[in-house]
Amino acid sequence: MAPVPYEVVAKRRETYDTITLELDAPDGFEFRPGQFNMLYPFGIGESAISISGDPAKTDRIVHTIRNVGAVTAALHRLELGDYVGVRGPFGTAWPMEAAEGKDLVIVAGGIGIAPVRPAIYEALNQRERFDQFVLLYGARTPSDLVYQGEVKDWRSRFDAVVDVSVDSAGSDYRGSVGVVTRLIPNAPFDPDNAIAFVIGPEIMMRFTVTELRNRGVPRDQIYISMERNMQCAVGFCGHCQFGNLFVCHDGAVFNYDAVRSYLPVKEV
Amino acid sequence: MSTTPLLLTRADLDRMIEILSERGYHVVGPTVRKQEHIISYGEISSTDDLPIGIGDEQEAARYRLVERGDGRLFGYVLTDTSPISFLLPSEAVVWSGKKSDNGFETAEMAAPPRLAFIGTRPCELAAVAIQDKVFLGNGHQDPTYAQRRAGTFFVSVDCTEPGGTCFCDSMGTGPGADGGFDIGLIEVLEGDDHYFVARSGSDEGAAVLSEVGGTPADDGRVAKAAAMVEAAAGEMGRTLDTEGLKEILAGSLDDPIWKELAGKCLTCANCTMVCPTCFCAAVENRTNLDATEAERVRRWDSCFNFEFSYIHGGPLRPSAAARYRQWMTHKLSSWVDQFGMLGCVGCGRCITWCPVGIDITANAAAIRARMEEKAHV
Repeated sequence: MAPVPYEVVAKRRETYDTITLELDAPDGFEFRPGQFNMLYPFGIGESAISISGDPAKTDRIVHTIRNVGAVTAALHRLELGDYVGVRGPFGTAWPMEAAEGKDLVIVAGGIGIAPVRPAIYEALNQRERFDQFVLLYGARTPSDLVYQGEVKDWRSRFDAVVDVSVDSAGSDYRGSVGVVTRLIPNAPFDPDNAIAFVIGPEIMMRFTVTELRNRGVPRDQIYISMERNMQCAVGFCGHCQFGNLFVCHDGAVFNYDAVRSYLPVKEV
Repeated sequence: MSTTPLLLTRADLDRMIEILSERGYHVVGPTVRKQEHIISYGEISSTDDLPIGIGDEQEAARYRLVERGDGRLFGYVLTDTSPISFLLPSEAVVWSGKKSDNGFETAEMAAPPRLAFIGTRPCELAAVAIQDKVFLGNGHQDPTYAQRRAGTFFVSVDCTEPGGTCFCDSMGTGPGADGGFDIGLIEVLEGDDHYFVARSGSDEGAAVLSEVGGTPADDGRVAKAAAMVEAAAGEMGRTLDTEGLKEILAGSLDDPIWKELAGKCLTCANCTMVCPTCFCAAVENRTNLDATEAERVRRWDSCFNFEFSYIHGGPLRPSAAARYRQWMTHKLSSWVDQFGMLGCVGCGRCITWCPVGIDITANAAAIRARMEEKAHV
C-alpha cells in the first residue's frame, strides 16, 4: 500500500514534547475512533500514529504526536504547507455501538488520551446515545497534560464527569495529585451497566483494569488499546505480535478477554 | 491434468528446462556452491548444473556434502534456503517515490522475473502454501509477493532419502507431495535404470509435460517409485508429536523451562534465515543524498534480533528466552490461531543450521513432558 501525500494545514503545540498536526483531506478521510495511520515524512521513515480528530469531520486528518524518535522528530519539524505521506486507516475501533445505553467510562493515561479523543468527541456530540459519561485522565505532571483547553470545556459540561490527576506536581498545583487509578473507586458509574475504554502505558492499563474489576465491571466490558512495534500495519512484518495477536489488525483496540492471559507475562 | 504418470529420462528433464526457458521462466534449481560447500538454489540452464551424485549429511549443527558415488540428480536432502528466498527476497524494494510540488509521486515498479523451480521438496511446497496464506489470504494482499508468486512454476521432487533433521512426516507435509506443484517428479535409480515418474498438477504443468514428451509409465515402475516415497516416511531423522501441542505451548509461557531451553541460544537468527515459513521483515526507508528520491525496502528481520520488539523506551523482549519462546510458540501454537495451520513444515533446517544445535523437536517434547508433569502434580 503506497503512502498518499497530504498537506499540513495546522500545527499546534500541546506540550513541551507534543504537537497536533492537521492534514487537509479534500476528498474526505473516514475512520473509526481508535484507528491509526502510518505517517511518512518523506524519506525519513514511517510511524504508527493514532488518529485523534473528530470522526464526524472528514475534511481533516488530525494526529497528536509526541517527539520520541527519528520519525516523530521529523513530524515535529513539518511546517504548514509541507506534505506528509499517509497510509490508513488501520486497526480496530473503540466499540461505540456496544457502549450505547451504557455508562461510558474512559480512562486515559498520558498521550493515551489522543487515540481515545475521537471516541470522546463522538460520545459528547451524540451524548443521548450513552448514559453516564466519565473521563478519567492522568498524566505524569501538569506540563504533560495535552488538550488542556478542551479538557476544561468538557469539565464544564453538566452531562459529563471529567476528572484529571497527575502523578506528581509542584506545591503550586491545585489539582488532584496521584495515579489515575485512584479516581476509579469513587467515579460515578454503575458497574453493572458500564463499558470501559482504557488506554495508556501497559502498567497503567493493568492497574486500571484491576480497579475496574474491583468495582465490579465485567471483564468483557473492558477494552484496552495496545502499543507494539509496527512497520507494515497489515500483518506482514511480524513486529507487532502479542501472543497470537497482530496488534496492527487484531487491535490496537482489544477486548480485555482477548489479551488478559498475555498481559501479566513478562516479555510477550 | 494428466492422470497417467509419465516416465522421463534425464534428457527429458533437459528438454523441460529448455521449454520452461522458452516460455519465459528463469529456471532455478539446486546447485553445488563449491566455495561454500553447500547445495543451494541458483539459476540453471541444464541438468549438468544439478548436484549430480552429491548428497548432504544433515544433523543438529552439522551439514556436510558427500560424494554419493552414483548419478542421482536429486540425491541430496535439502538446500540451505528454500524457494521462499526468491518469492520473498532478503531485500526487496516495495515502494519508491520522488519529491514533487504536491509532496511526492509514487514510481512504477518493474515486474519481477517469472521463476520455475526444479527440485522443490514437498515440505517446501507446503511452506509456499503457508506463505500464500500469510501474504494473500489473511485480509490484506501483499502486491510484492503476489506479483512474484503469480508467475512461479514448481517442478517438485518427492523425497526418498530423508535427512537426519527431517520430520515432515510428523507435520503431514511429506515425503510425497499431494499438490502445489505444476509437475511432480519421483526420481528412481536402480543399477543403470535411472528414471523419473512424472505427473502434472496444473494445466500449465500438463502443457509443459506434453511438450516434453516422455513415455507412459509402466505400473511396475510407478509402484516402485511410490513404494520408495512411502518407505521414506519411516526413515525420518526426527519426529515431532503435534497432538495437543498448540494448547500445551500456549499454557507454557510462564514456565521457567524457556530459560533452560534457550540457555544455549545465541540469538544469531540463523534458524529464522533458513526457515521457509518465517516471514518477518523490517521496513526501511532510504533516500538519495539530497532526499529528493526515496525508496522503501523490505528486508528480512528476525524475532531473535534485539531491536525487533523495540518501542520507544526499549525492546519488549530483551531476554534470549523470551525471543526463543516467541519464535517457537509462534511456529507451533499461535500460528494456528492466526492462519489456521501450523507454521512449521518439518524441514529441519532450523536444527541443521543452528550453530549450537538447538532442536525444535526435542524442545517440543521437553515442554510437553514438563507441562504434563505439572498437570499431574
